[in-house]
Amino acid sequence: MTAMIDVADARKTFTMHLQGGIELPVVRGVTFHVYPGECVVLSGPSGAGKSSILKMIFGNYRCDSGRIGIRHRGALVDLAAAEPRQILNIRRSTIGYVSQFLRAVPRVATIDVVAEPLIVNGMARADAQARAGELLHRLNIPERLWQLPPATFSGGEQQRVNIARGFISDLPILLLDEPTASLDAANRAVVVELVAEKKRQGVAMVAIVHDDEIRHLIADRIVDVASFAAAA
Amino acid sequence: MVDQGSANLDTLENDQPLLVAQSLSKSFGRIAACRDVSFALYPGEVLAIVGESGSGKSTLLQMLSGQLAPSGGHVSYRMRDGVTRDLTTLGEAERRFLFRTDWGFVHQDPAQGLRMAVSAGANVGERLMAVGWNHYGRIRETASDWLTRVEIDVARIDDAPRTYSGGMRQRLQIARNLVTEPRLVFMDEPTGGLDVSVQARLLDLVRSLVAELHLAVIIVTHDLAVARLLSHRVMVMKGGRVIETGLTDQVLDDPREPYTQLLVSSILPP
Amino acid sequence: MNAPAYNFAYLDEQTKRMIRRAILKAIAIPGYQVPFASREMPMPYGWGTGGVQVTAAILGPRDVLKVIDQGSDDTTNAISIRKFFAKTAGVATTTATGEATVIQTRHRIPETALNENQLLVYQVPIPEPLRFLEPRETETRRMHALAEYGLMHVKLYEDIARFGHIATAYAYPVKVNARYVMDPSPTPKFDNPKMDNCPALQLFGAGREKRIYAIPPYTEVVSLDFEDHPFEPYRFNAPCALCGAEDSYLDEIVTDDQGGRMFVCSDTDYCEGRQAAGHHGSLSAAPYREKAGSHG
Repeated sequence: MTAMIDVADARKTFTMHLQGGIELPVVRGVTFHVYPGECVVLSGPSGAGKSSILKMIFGNYRCDSGRIGIRHRGALVDLAAAEPRQILNIRRSTIGYVSQFLRAVPRVATIDVVAEPLIVNGMARADAQARAGELLHRLNIPERLWQLPPATFSGGEQQRVNIARGFISDLPILLLDEPTASLDAANRAVVVELVAEKKRQGVAMVAIVHDDEIRHLIADRIVDVASFAAAA
Repeated sequence: MVDQGSANLDTLENDQPLLVAQSLSKSFGRIAACRDVSFALYPGEVLAIVGESGSGKSTLLQMLSGQLAPSGGHVSYRMRDGVTRDLTTLGEAERRFLFRTDWGFVHQDPAQGLRMAVSAGANVGERLMAVGWNHYGRIRETASDWLTRVEIDVARIDDAPRTYSGGMRQRLQIARNLVTEPRLVFMDEPTGGLDVSVQARLLDLVRSLVAELHLAVIIVTHDLAVARLLSHRVMVMKGGRVIETGLTDQVLDDPREPYTQLLVSSILPP
Repeated sequence: MNAPAYNFAYLDEQTKRMIRRAILKAIAIPGYQVPFASREMPMPYGWGTGGVQVTAAILGPRDVLKVIDQGSDDTTNAISIRKFFAKTAGVATTTATGEATVIQTRHRIPETALNENQLLVYQVPIPEPLRFLEPRETETRRMHALAEYGLMHVKLYEDIARFGHIATAYAYPVKVNARYVMDPSPTPKFDNPKMDNCPALQLFGAGREKRIYAIPPYTEVVSLDFEDHPFEPYRFNAPCALCGAEDSYLDEIVTDDQGGRMFVCSDTDYCEGRQAAGHHGSLSAAPYREKAGSHG
């Protein structure tokens, strides 16, 4: 079986020019891979660079050296060296990302926020909205809120909208940054279910989860980020 | 080892750049306003040029849109017939035709881009009449459609833009530009003079139109929030040079250059 | 010659030569506005200084001059200009359209068809048809150069949007020889069709604006319009009260303060000619009334 994600010797250092140019090493020697249908959970103390690694895989953070191999449309692409256009292509059709916070355009209705990734990939609006509705239902967002922009929602509600938006598409790679952080037990269980479904569909996932119980429920393998800690 | 070849879904058409800038420079006397700028813009791609005033971004925009002759370098554009032309080889008639058809230009001050004393309908219809539309009913119908698309009440079609609010004027300017279905639109601080609440509505509108019409956009702004919301790619300018460029969220979330870090750190948190 | 103090037709020969060069250029480029060094004339701007200079430059001793103002030979303006040339050039003058070789006009084209031996000189106040929409002269010149005339239709569009039809009734824009858009001076649009394929040479002089333009004989002149709002010459729907003509352009004359009015030919020579030939208007004695019987 070929890996969907193949990270090799990736390294990240922040140079803080506004603080006199101090170097802030984040991670080095990051090496792991993720196969289809498996969920790899990154573990380690906070500040160890878990989020940074996730962002490097998404192309949101640059990589100083090493390789972020992503299987995109049957070929392995090094995201660390890809052109912006190519990264956008990869995000559109290969990598999904569920961030901790929802970043949505002010006036767009919740149902459209969730349906957008499908519409962008060419699904008819009505079909996309139907699927968005199903997911919102499962995540216990009452139907009367669907036409409102999510900006007015509570933190937990926003997070669930965010999860719906992240899980709606059929992308082969999914990155999860604390998807259950502000959820109650019932909704956490829904997320665990959703992850299990994605695994059955062969989706490769990388997640950051602080909750031991959830981690136990979704992780197929655990990668300890502490081993990549960059020596200061 | 790493195969980048077959990993592209885009069609052949989209694989060719629409506009290419090569080593563009502009000097005014001894002042170099713009130095050695190169990039390629693809169909449907939104590029933000950010930087503070005096960074050369407006000079660059003028050169890219053929309104200012570069001191050095070239801008080439792939015309509707598929032929790529160097802008300096275009005659004035061709250049102006391009501006009325395949290009749009949205000014910061709508009074510069609109005819303030002429009705909204005629403002939108002008480009159509300029390319030979000669049927009043059809021109008016198309103008009405566009007013609706930019969320202007069709009942206001016969009012002159000077009776419009700032946000409406800006939306009208956008309709006036998009009516000939251009492939490339230049925007110079389009939200510059607007209230924050009006800005959000305009940005949302621009964002959806850009996606719907598969527009390529070059937008000059000093507002990083505008760049984040609208653009795929960003170019940071300082002292006439492009000092950093890349995917918008990458440049804004992981800025590399000291100046970019300063810009990013200067934004108030949302 | 009765006025030795003046050069023939008032202007000196150098000036006339300069104006003739401008006229020749204008004829060579139909509808194009040629700049010329307009002179001060012994009359105020607005009285036809442009037309007078063109007439002075083309007039020969054997020409017969007719001058009309709104179609009339006998207004102050028409009489003054006629006398001016009678005095400074000693040319014969006439009021009969058929006899004239040069006709200077303000705001009308005679009803009697012109022939190849005639020349029509228009007095023009504002030569630039695009001005009211685009005030920058540099820009309008570029628009003419590049034949960018979308803006002209914007004006017609505005008319229809506001009034339901093209309400421009005079100075109605035309396209000359399929190239330049031209302001036919403030003639009523009723006269526009007469400019098309006209056997006589038509010259336009704008004194204050220092522009001369021309329509050579037998040149295509098309009034701008929309497919669904075609050009229509406008005319009051009444016969002339004096001569009964139903095809001439009419002036409306208010006869009292009770709403009484009558319509008469604006072309006085045409009207008189018809009357002399025995035509009479049915309403010549009784003025037309807005509501017949309301004053019984």
